[in-house]
Amino acid sequence: MTEPLVEARDLRRTFTVRTRGEGRREVVAVRDVSFAVHPGEMVGYIGPNGAGKSTTVKMLTGILVPTSGHLRVAGLEPSRHRRRLAQRIGVVFGQRTSLWWDLPLRDSFALLQKVYRTDPARHSANLDRFTELLDLGRLLDTPVRQLSLGQRMRGDIAAALLHDPDVLYLDEPTIGLDVVSKGRLREFLRTLNAERGVTLMLTTHDLQDIEAVCDRVVVIDHGTIVHDGSLEDLRTRGGSTRTLVVDLVDEAPPVDVPGATTTRVEGPRQWLSFPADASAAPVVAAVAAAYDVADLSLQEPDIEQVIRELYAGR
Amino acid sequence: MPAVPVPQSAAPHPSLYAAVAARSFRRYATYVAATLAGIFTNSVFGVITSFVYVAVWRANPTAGGYDVTDAVTYVWIGQAMLMTVCMFGGGSPDALASRIRSGDVAVDLYRPVSLLGWYLAADLGRAAYHLLTRGAAPLLVGGLLFDLRWPLGWELLWFGLSLPLAVAVSFALRMLAALSAFWLLDDTGPRSLLNFLAVFGSGLTVPLVLFPDGVREVLTALPFAAYLQLPADLWLGQRTGVDALAALGLAAGWAVVLLTACAWVLRAAERRVVVQGG
Ligand SMILES: Nc1ncnc2c1ncn2[C@@H]1O[C@H](COP(=O)(O)OP(=O)(O)OP(=O)(O)O)[C@@H](O)[C@H]1O
Ligand SMILES: [Mg+2]
Repeated sequence: MTEPLVEARDLRRTFTVRTRGEGRREVVAVRDVSFAVHPGEMVGYIGPNGAGKSTTVKMLTGILVPTSGHLRVAGLEPSRHRRRLAQRIGVVFGQRTSLWWDLPLRDSFALLQKVYRTDPARHSANLDRFTELLDLGRLLDTPVRQLSLGQRMRGDIAAALLHDPDVLYLDEPTIGLDVVSKGRLREFLRTLNAERGVTLMLTTHDLQDIEAVCDRVVVIDHGTIVHDGSLEDLRTRGGSTRTLVVDLVDEAPPVDVPGATTTRVEGPRQWLSFPADASAAPVVAAVAAAYDVADLSLQEPDIEQVIRELYAGR
Repeated sequence: MPAVPVPQSAAPHPSLYAAVAARSFRRYATYVAATLAGIFTNSVFGVITSFVYVAVWRANPTAGGYDVTDAVTYVWIGQAMLMTVCMFGGGSPDALASRIRSGDVAVDLYRPVSLLGWYLAADLGRAAYHLLTRGAAPLLVGGLLFDLRWPLGWELLWFGLSLPLAVAVSFALRMLAALSAFWLLDDTGPRSLLNFLAVFGSGLTVPLVLFPDGVREVLTALPFAAYLQLPADLWLGQRTGVDALAALGLAAGWAVVLLTACAWVLRAAERRVVVQGG
């Protein structure tokens, strides 16, 4: 395996917060987190509000110094070599812009070429490509303050990529975007990874972002990593189940068949859950044999449900 | 992965800072109404203060080594420098302070450029705009309404040299106040204190030359003197030759010391301090 591009070992960050009345209190935002990201990976980084995602991303970019632990990005210690590292990374914060409000997009991009000292030919080739992929053509001459949220986000993503970073961090890039824009953005990220091998680390509350883009998902809660693996792993994680929804002809007491438990009854409709790795066929056969069934449908394990259980289990 | 040469040093091209300054200049230039209103205000204050000074110097025609023409000229130089050096605060450090409070400073920090260089360039662009508009216009108004002394030759050169130093010193002090927001979040306290010191220490309210011996020397040695008293004395020919050079050297020394302090505080802030917001 290649050298990891991002390597965190026992990474910790605490904050001292002063609250009125209580005085000082220590908050452990990130608690001894370890993970490695290899070149070309697309990693989703998810967790409930306040889990420590943004804090982790800030440490990865070097703008926040870890309290303890080991951190290397592209072979550099981020907080110590922040400016050098800046050449190698791209950052998009959904709620902030790195563009200049008063400048047209085109001028913001030109300024960034100077900031990163990008080779002019490379800069204009990148600009052409991202203009095409992100459909920026008609927006280039518009001042940033006149762009809609989704348009601005596309501009911000192009801005983060013009200097050819090895890794792109996106902190809630789809926040506030409509369904179509989200879809386009996800497709863009896949293209970016396929065409240029850019490593992606994506923070989001929209699990569809993860399903559409990431081949790996890291779940953090209360500063601790509670899952690191593929989306499939997450889906079939212990305790997760599939559900058979049965519409009986008549109302009945809870259905009782081997291999499944009835979790919910609403009039003639009943919900039977069974292990996600078991076949549905015997359950369906057993129900059909014993009851008058009007209709059946199968619900795959719901990733949101899994994650809800994961968050709640702590 | 695309093979892209990564620059070895992190120093960006000097043309970047020129571009930052030019952008700042243009941005202020879009607020035409504000500029005109400001010129009007500066002129009105100039007229009122001129009458006060005329009365003072009529009672004491050689006060502070100035004659009445010097005194009235001093008033209009004061109006010209007021915005150029942000006597009442403002400029790019204010923008930085609000970005520290909101956490937007994160965006500034993950760029491969010097934050200090960037904000200095932006403030120089602003100062150039304010000098050409809110500096020059009231001087012309004052010249039409009163008999002023105009610099020629050396005086003009010394005065010209004192302008970038005045802006650099005032920028560094405003920057230090703004950087306190990294620790305090609210930089109102340091900023108000600085504005108070600037208004009095520069000689805007009372020319420093009117203070008694001892006090005057101390005030003249402080960095605030570089805001107004020094440029005015160079313009008026009160300080010439070696004396002018020494005074400019002192201002340059302050600029270096204070900018170094900014760089040092900024480094401490980056290591110790927290960027706000998720
Ligand atoms: N500057 C700060 N000062 C004090 N506490 C902080 C600071 N920044 C973050 N925290 C705390 O650290 C924890 C993690 O915050 P973080 O912003 O990393 O969460 P997050 O996972 O990004 O959440 P969200 O999904 O809401 O964006 C929270 O408890 C938060 O209150
Ligand atoms: Mg966050």
